[in-house]
Formats: sequence, structure tokens, C-alpha cells
Amino acid sequence: MNALASIAGGVMAQGQPLTEGGEWIANVFFYVMAAVAIAAALKLVTTANVVHAALYLLVVLSAVAGTYIVLGAEFAAVTQILVYLGAIMVLLLFGVMLTRAKLGADEDLDHPQRWIGALVAIAMAAVMGYSTWEAFGDEKLVDHAPQNTQQVADEIFSTYIVPFEALSVLLLAALIGAVVVARRD
Amino acid sequence: MFATEEVAELASNPWIYDNIWLIPALPAASFVLILFFGKRLPYKGAEIGVTAVLAGFVLALIATFTWIGDIEGVEEGEGEGEHALAADIQLAAEEGAEGGHGAARGAPIVNETEWFGIGTDANQVTLGTAGAEEAVAEESAGRGEGFSIPIGTLVDGQSVMLLFVVTFISSLVHIYSTDYVDGDRRYTHYFAFLSLFTASMLFMVLASSTLQLIVGWELVGVCSFVLIGHWWEEKPNSDAAVKAFLTNRVGDIGLLVGMSILYFAADRSFSIPRINEMAVSGAIGKSTLTIAAVCLMAAVMSKSGQFILHTWLPDAMAGPTPVSALIHAATMVVAGVYLIGRLYPVFYVGFGISGGTLNLMAFLGGLTTVGGGLLAFVQRDIKKVLAYSTVSQLGYMVLALGVGAYTAGMFHLFTHAFFKACLFLGAGSVSHACHHSFDMKADMGGLRKYMPKTFWTFIIGTAALAGIPPLAGFWSKDEILVGAGVFPGTGGNGTFTIPFIFGMITAGLTAAYMTRAVWLTFFGEYRGHAHPHESGPRITTPLIILAFMAVVVGFLNMPTGFVDTLGLPSGWAHRFEEWVEPSGIASFVGADNGFTHAEPSLLLAILASAVALLSGFIVWRYYQALYAKDPKATEYTDGIASNNALAAAGHRVLEEKYYLDHLYTDVVAGGTKGPVARLAYWLNQNVLDGIVDGAAKLSVAVGRFAYRFIDQGVVDRAVDSSGLSALASGGFLRRIQTGQVREYAALMFGAAAVLAAVFIFAV
Amino acid sequence: MFLNQFLFLAAALFCIGIYGVLARRNGVLVLMSIELILNSVNINLVAFGAYHGHIAGQVFALFVIAVAAAEVGVGLAIVLLIYRNRRSIDVAEANLLKG
Repeated sequence: MNALASIAGGVMAQGQPLTEGGEWIANVFFYVMAAVAIAAALKLVTTANVVHAALYLLVVLSAVAGTYIVLGAEFAAVTQILVYLGAIMVLLLFGVMLTRAKLGADEDLDHPQRWIGALVAIAMAAVMGYSTWEAFGDEKLVDHAPQNTQQVADEIFSTYIVPFEALSVLLLAALIGAVVVARRD
Repeated sequence: MFATEEVAELASNPWIYDNIWLIPALPAASFVLILFFGKRLPYKGAEIGVTAVLAGFVLALIATFTWIGDIEGVEEGEGEGEHALAADIQLAAEEGAEGGHGAARGAPIVNETEWFGIGTDANQVTLGTAGAEEAVAEESAGRGEGFSIPIGTLVDGQSVMLLFVVTFISSLVHIYSTDYVDGDRRYTHYFAFLSLFTASMLFMVLASSTLQLIVGWELVGVCSFVLIGHWWEEKPNSDAAVKAFLTNRVGDIGLLVGMSILYFAADRSFSIPRINEMAVSGAIGKSTLTIAAVCLMAAVMSKSGQFILHTWLPDAMAGPTPVSALIHAATMVVAGVYLIGRLYPVFYVGFGISGGTLNLMAFLGGLTTVGGGLLAFVQRDIKKVLAYSTVSQLGYMVLALGVGAYTAGMFHLFTHAFFKACLFLGAGSVSHACHHSFDMKADMGGLRKYMPKTFWTFIIGTAALAGIPPLAGFWSKDEILVGAGVFPGTGGNGTFTIPFIFGMITAGLTAAYMTRAVWLTFFGEYRGHAHPHESGPRITTPLIILAFMAVVVGFLNMPTGFVDTLGLPSGWAHRFEEWVEPSGIASFVGADNGFTHAEPSLLLAILASAVALLSGFIVWRYYQALYAKDPKATEYTDGIASNNALAAAGHRVLEEKYYLDHLYTDVVAGGTKGPVARLAYWLNQNVLDGIVDGAAKLSVAVGRFAYRFIDQGVVDRAVDSSGLSALASGGFLRRIQTGQVREYAALMFGAAAVLAAVFIFAV
Repeated sequence: MFLNQFLFLAAALFCIGIYGVLARRNGVLVLMSIELILNSVNINLVAFGAYHGHIAGQVFALFVIAVAAAEVGVGLAIVLLIYRNRRSIDVAEANLLKG
């Protein structure tokens, strides 16, 4: 993955759009990422081991970050890795630990009526798939240069400053809320 | 008899004729005033009553003198013998042509106006009278279309005479009552209704139309009811009052039917002069008149106590004695006789009195005289004796009118009022002394020593009643007997043998039973327990006045022969006849309607008086012998009735009043009310109750049906099922609430998928 | 590169995430599945941002990441509380709302 990243980074550092010839690399890269993500996700929702599930989530998140890179959203990818993999995963693992999840295989992780969920998921998939196909049948993504952090920052702090501030308040509230909820008294 | 100069002054005063309505109006006003204010006055209303009736009497006197003056003033060519009726007619026609009131002697003066009408113009018909034909013409010209109810006054000799009698006797009775009814529980009420009675009787007397007459007739009936039942707290009194009223009601059917027949027969007119005229002239058919006359006879039978509707009169003695004197002796009971007199042409033509030998009226009158007289023999109660005597004398009056002796009948009415009132008031005076008892046999006897004034006035009244000359009753009764036309040398309108025989028998009977009554009351020894004494001046003064009248009034109608024999001025003969007979009678002269006056016969007079004196004497001896045997006895214990079965049976029949009361109460009324009651009961139980029960059962059935099928079946089921369905659906839908978050999430996501699909595919 | 491929990927992850939310009994695993869903949304956002040439996609993706972080924090706090009270974080046992 690191090799891949360096290649990608090299390409991005130059600020050059992907050439014709280089496009297939992006496609392949994307498909690999997608496959990994889906496989890991499937394992995530089916595995019997909680810790394994956490690790699979880690894989998924990484793959998603890779997808961001393919789309040219480098800041988003980095933030994804930092926040998700760094903070959220840790948090989830802490949660697993503190709730005395069984280490090793655990048979009680799935409902007996899983089929309902499967049904709903498949229905949703069908709907979404069909609608996506119908709406954006042959749309191509225009090749463009990856956006850098500067552009993102500009956008945030000019157009979307209010949501940004709201977000910070939200984080504060969530922090306080979590502390209050979970404190031992 | 009255100075012509005096009369001439009064004759120029016509206001009394136009204002004669004041005479009934005064007592009527007094009735209202006494009702409203009587109790507060010092004499409790008696002063208003006495004043009003005395004022009425004064006005009646004025009217009388004015009328007499009018008659006398035009007097010319008074013939001997027959009263020159032809000359009178000529005079009437001549003077009638000149107009002016009272010009034709004895013609009625009618002041009539329409009280209310339906579809007419208001008629002011003032008949100043001329001849009768003119009167008819004026009236038919004045009468408009539609139905009009007239109200007015009719002044002629008959009405003036009765005005005089009614007000005179009413005044005396009022004065008498102030002593007799003193301290009574309903003193004021008594005087109020005495005034109302006087007003009603005067109203009837002055009636110018048959409607008014009916109104007055009914009013006096009502007053009689009220006054008889004056002490209604005791049941016999209220029973007597009801009996009087109901018996009168029976007769009133005849009155109403008869008057209706006359109304339609007289071309829709209520006017009495018109009816009379049409009867005389033949405009109304004889058979119609007969039917009308028979119907009216029914009314006369009930009101004037003729056989068989006389049963109420003796019972009416339950009222106070002054009431009996006024109403049931002198005035009200003569209303029937007055009716006949008013509509005399109807009866005269209807019954074919001229030249007849017997008719309904005469026969009825004769039967009544004898029947009433016989019943007077078995009475213990002095008032009942006098009541039956009244019945008998009323029979005389009707008999007189039935045989065509019009003046005789009216004259007897006139004289009878005085002596009968005198006798009744005397009886009242006697009862006052005997602790308000009227029982001759138990509480009276030998009262002549204690009550001389009452005794002598009673004797005078008795003699007048019995027809002893020269007292009043003799003259009038004799004229009646003469009028029957049977006695040779008398002439008359027909030959009425049977009524004549009845009349003669009664002449004897009257003397007999009155002698019995007098003996039991005033002679012999006192059998009572009170301390009898003479009554006060307010009682004895009217007695004296009436006795005086009983002596002198007979001379008002002296026959010509008598006058000539005594050498008195010929103008003194037949005064009453001159004054009272209406001119309508005069037009009876002519073909078919031959009306004559019978010629009095001295022989008959002597014969009748002898019969009376003889029978009186026999009874006198009878009781004298009884007294000699036992001073305290009142009847023979071993008399004829106790020995002879037939006599005893006859006595029984008399005591039971010919079983008439039994017939009316038990047979007629009882026979009707039984089936009627049963029918009504059957209707009630089966029809009415059936309907009601049926309705109830129907509603119960409907209710039950509604309950079971509609309420329980449909409504309840609907309500229950709504509840049950809610319960069921709730129970069913509850299962969604599993409490499992994933279920909710699944649902949410599922719904989101569905919505998305909807939005994508459908919208 | 087709836009569709990103969208399909996002859809797939989304549905897998749904399945995970509905099928898993462990509370922490449910939270993980929710993360999966959020990430799929993020992919969608960024893809559309790239498609339209607008940077708002990335911006919002960043916001979503921040929100997800907050949400996981609070969610875990709740899960810990449930564990503390019930000694179990089996969501199937938290059925006090059962009707």
C-alpha cells in the first residue's frame, strides 16, 4: 500500500492530470481498493470475532482513504486516516475492551433473524443500484488535478465557516455529553 | 177613576216610554253594586236593593199613570154592553193616521234598536205606532239584510201592568226581607240576587222580541235556582234548586223550538208585534201556529207549574219565604202566563179557541187546578199548601187564556199576585214566631191570639183566594168561570164544558184546603214549644198593604151590570180591561177570528160563591168537631181514610203527589241513566281502554323489537365491534413494538427503501 | 473513470452497513457498521464533488468525518453505560420498550 501511495503521491506532487496512459492505473487502483473494501466490509459484518471485526473496519477505512486519493481528495484521505484510523478505531477498540468483549470467536454476535436485515439491505441495494444506473448511466468523471489543502481550507473558511463553527460546537457538546454520560458516579 | 186633569199633565210626558228601560236597569245596577260593595255598607247592601227597587216602583207608577192617562185621554164613545171594539178600531185608525204616540188605545209602543247584527245596517226602528198595519210596514221597510239581534222595550197595557205588580211586590218583599233574613249567613248575596231577579223579570216583561223574552226567561230561571238554593249547605235545599232548574230546562226545549218556529214562520223576525200581526192576518199557517203553540205550552207547563211539570214548585219552598212570595207566587211563575198573553194571537189561532169546546191549554189548565187543589189537602207544611194553591191558581189563569177569556186571565194574574204574596208573607211571619218551622201540625195552632195582624191579613188573603165577594179573587175568578162560555147567558168564545167543571170544582177545593190551613195554624190550641209573638213592623206592614190591595183591586174590573146596579158612573166598569187589553185583540173582530168578551152572570157569581162558602163551612165544622174531641189533635185517627181502603189508597196517591216524582226520578231518569251509564262504561273499558292499552302494547312491542334487534343487534354490535376491532388491531399491531432497536431500524430502512423506490419510479 | 463505479461502491458499502446494523447483536459492532454507512456516504460526497468539479464535496466529507467522530464518542459512552448497568451490550436484550 505504501508503494502505491508513493506512486500516487508522486503523481499528485507534480500537479499534472493523469495522462491517458496513466488512467488505467487509477482504475486498477480503484478496483483493488473497492474489492478490498467490500471484502473487508462483508467480513466485518459476518465475522464472529469482535476484534477481527475491528481490524476489518480498519481495512475498510483504509480502502476508503485510497478511494479518496483516486478521486483527488488528498486532504480528505489524510484526514480520514488520521481521524478514523487514528482516533475512532482506537476508541472502538477501547470500547471493545471496556465492554469485556470475548476475545476469540463469539457465537452470539448475530441475531437469529438476520434475514430481515439481508432483505432490507438487498432491497436498498436494488433500489440504489437501479437509480444510480438510470441517473448516471455513462457519466464520466472529468480528469482534473487533485485539490490541495489550500483550496479546501479556502472553501471551509469562507463559504462554510458557519457549519465549521457549528461543527466545533457539536464536537464540544459531544465531548461533554460523552463525559457526562459515561462518568461513574 | 183617576182625575183626568192629573192624567192630562202626565200624558204630555212621553219620556217614560222612551226611558222605560230604566226600570230594569236600576235593579240590575243595584245587583252589581251590592255584589261589589254590599258587604262594606252598614246595612250590608240591603239599602241599595231597597232603594233601587223602590225607585223602579216609582218609575213604574209613572209609567202606569201615563199609560192609563193615554188610554183615558182618548176615551170617547164608551158603549154599554159590548165594549164597542168596532168604534175603538175606527178611532185607532183615525187617530193612527194623525200619528203621535198612544193615539190608538192599547197599541204597543216599541222602542227597538239592533243590538248586533251579522250583515245588517244598524236599525233604529222606533214604532210610534199607529195602527198595526203601519207598524208592520215600518218594520219591514226598516229591516235590512242578514241576521240582526234586536234589543228594545215594548210598552203596552200588559207590560205596564206587570211592571207595576213586579216592582210593587218586589219592594214589599225587599222591606220584609230586611227583617226576615236578618243575620243570615248570606244576607248580601240574597239581596244581590233579589235585585237581579227583579231586573230579569222586568227585562222579560219589557221584551220587544222573542229573543229578549227568552233571555229574560232564562235569567229568572237562574235567579230562581240561586234563591231556592240560598241555604244550599243543607242537601234538600240544593236538591230542590237543581230540581227546579232542570224541570224548567225540560220546558225550555219547547220554548226554544217554539220560538224558532215562529222566527222562521214570521219571515225571519224576532219582533213580537210582527209575529202577532202575522198570526192574526193569516200570514202564518194555522198548523204552524198550532205546532208552535204546543211547543210553547211545554215551556208554560214548566215555568208556570202546570201539570205534569209542576213538581218543582212545592220543592221550591225550600227557599226563604220572601223568595217564595216574590218568585213562586206572584211573579216568576206567572211568566208562562205572561208569555201566552204576549203571543196570544199565536195561541188563539193555533188552538182554535174561537168557537171551540176543548183545547190543550184549557184542558191542561183545568187539570192543573184540580190536581193542585187536591194535593193541598194532604200537606203538613203551610208553605207547601200555598205552593199547591199557587199551582192550582196558575191552572186557573191558563184555563182562562185557553177558553179565550184573555182579560180574565190577566186580571186573575194581577189579583193573585197580591193575595198570594200576602199569604206567603203571612206564613213567613207565622214561622218566625214558631222557631222557623212551617209544620202546621207539629208547631202551630191557636196563633190568632198571639199574632192578630198576621191573623187578620191571612184571613183576608184566604178569603180573597177562595173567591169570597167582594174581595179581589171573587171578581177575577168569576170572570174566568164566565169566560168558559158554558153558563147560559154568558156568551163567550166557545163552549168549554170540561174546563168549566174543573173550575167549579176547584172553587170549592180552594176554600176547603185554605180553611184547613187556617184552622191548623190559627185556631185550636198551640202545639209548639216556642213563645209566639207578633212580628215586627217591617214584616207586618207589607202584610197590611197587601191585604188592603187584595181587598180593593178587585174593583178595577167590575162588570157593567154591577156598576149600573149600584148606580156608579159607567166609566168605572171594566177599567182593567180597557187598560190592559192590547189593540191587536181588537182586530180579532171579523171573519174566522171572532173574539168576544163573555157577559158576567149574577147567577153564576152567586153559585160560585156559594160553592166556596159551603165547602169552607164543611171543613170548618170538621175541624171544630175535632177540636171539641181533642184540643191538641190535628187529624182524625179514625177518619174515612182509615176505614175505607179506596179512600186510603186515594190518600196515599195524594201524599205521593200522584207518584210523579217517582216517575221522573226512578223511571225516566233512572231508566235512562242506567243504560247510558252502562254504555259509557262499556265504551270506556273496551273502546277507550282498548285504544290506550293497544297503544301501550304496541309501544311495548316496538320497544322490545327495537331493543333486541336494533339496539342489541345493530347498535351494540357496531359499538362492540368497533371496540373489538380496535382491540384486535391493537393486539395485532402491538407486535411491532418488540422493543428491539434493530427491528425499528429495519423498519426504518425498509421504509426508506420503499420511499426511495417510490420517488425514483413514480415521481 | 465512470462516476458509477464510485456510486456502486458507495451503495455496496451502504447496504453492507445496513445489514451489519440490523444483524449484529453487539453494540460496538453496530457502531462499526454505522461507521461503514458513514464512510459510504463520504465516498458519495467526494465522488460527486469531483464529478461537478466543486470542492464542497470534500468539505462536507470532512464535516461528516468530524460528526462521525463525535457520534462514535457519544455512542460508545452510551454503550459503556449500558454495559455498566446491564453487564451486557447485547442490543437484543435492551427491549424495555417492548409493547
